[in-house]
Amino acid sequence: MAPLTTRALKATKTAFPWALVALVIALWAYNRLVTPFAFGREAGAGLWSFSLEMAAFLPAMFVLVGLFDVWVPRSVVERHVGRDSGPLAILWMVLLGTLQAGPLYGAFPVAVALWRKGTAPRNVFIYLGAFSALKIPMLTFEVAFLGWQFSLVRTAVTLPVFIFLAYVLERLLPADVTIPEAQKSSPGKPASQAMPSTRQEAETVHDGKAS
Amino acid sequence: MEALLAITAIAVVASLLANRRKTLAGVRRGLRMFVNLLPTLVAVLAAVSLLMAAVRPATLERLLGGGGPLPFVAALIVGSIALIPGFIAFPLAGVLKDHGATTAVLAAFITTLLMVGVVTLPIEIRFFGRRIAIWRNLLAFGGAVVVAVVMTLILR
Repeated sequence: MAPLTTRALKATKTAFPWALVALVIALWAYNRLVTPFAFGREAGAGLWSFSLEMAAFLPAMFVLVGLFDVWVPRSVVERHVGRDSGPLAILWMVLLGTLQAGPLYGAFPVAVALWRKGTAPRNVFIYLGAFSALKIPMLTFEVAFLGWQFSLVRTAVTLPVFIFLAYVLERLLPADVTIPEAQKSSPGKPASQAMPSTRQEAETVHDGKAS
Repeated sequence: MEALLAITAIAVVASLLANRRKTLAGVRRGLRMFVNLLPTLVAVLAAVSLLMAAVRPATLERLLGGGGPLPFVAALIVGSIALIPGFIAFPLAGVLKDHGATTAVLAAFITTLLMVGVVTLPIEIRFFGRRIAIWRNLLAFGGAVVVAVVMTLILR
């Protein structure tokens, strides 16, 4: 009995995202073909613009992350932004975060790649903070609609707050904290060479902190 | 955005010239991450589309307009939950401002919108695990409240 339920559960879980997409498309098609109704039109337009945004920059972002992964040596990352790095690391992370564009979920793969290469958790969180709140392309928009005064004050107040929060968050986490290996190939697929190397790295992080 | 595509193209070409095998391994690794994330991403984006279609901008204006603590709290909650791209969020904030939303409300809305992501939490959990993702969002919410209050004091 159990395997059947597990299998059914798994199938539901796999199908759910696509069912949700199908629902939005069905609502949109209903609006288009049967009778116009605002909800269907809005939902369809929303999904379309999100999909465009995602397709435009996420694959490129992931390719960059993959290249970063194979080319940049761990020792370099550790020396500049690792556990024992100085305050200059904050500057690097803020620069890296503010020069990018796109929604926050686009920063997660970069943050995870940095983490796996030995970046200190606080610096990863500073990167995420800078990315989410202080992206320069976004600031130009903010200035246009809310005024430079609002934008300037927000930047000046937000910067120290998220740096402080990054340190707090690092302290909250246990020293040997690890992140899930969610970006691995899905179960069932044969393991490639990429996998052991990433796992090895995760273990190195662990050892480094234990000693 | 064009800059990102240009940088990626240059990086791939340079990497190919330096080492073909390494480049292919890197690109393949990156794309596999993307494909594995896709179902979670798609579910979140579809759910957000439905949510945003259900909430009209007029409703937001009514909710966030005016003074007092209620619009401020509403702004914190709406900003935390919503996933609105910057090119829509700032014009919307501009409209709210014209409709008499206070600096406190605008600051609360913008800061939580940027720093807290309740609907994208499933994506964040996929990458960082439950503990880090939830703590980061809780702290970011607290930070957003502090930023909004300090901004109100400065800009009043």
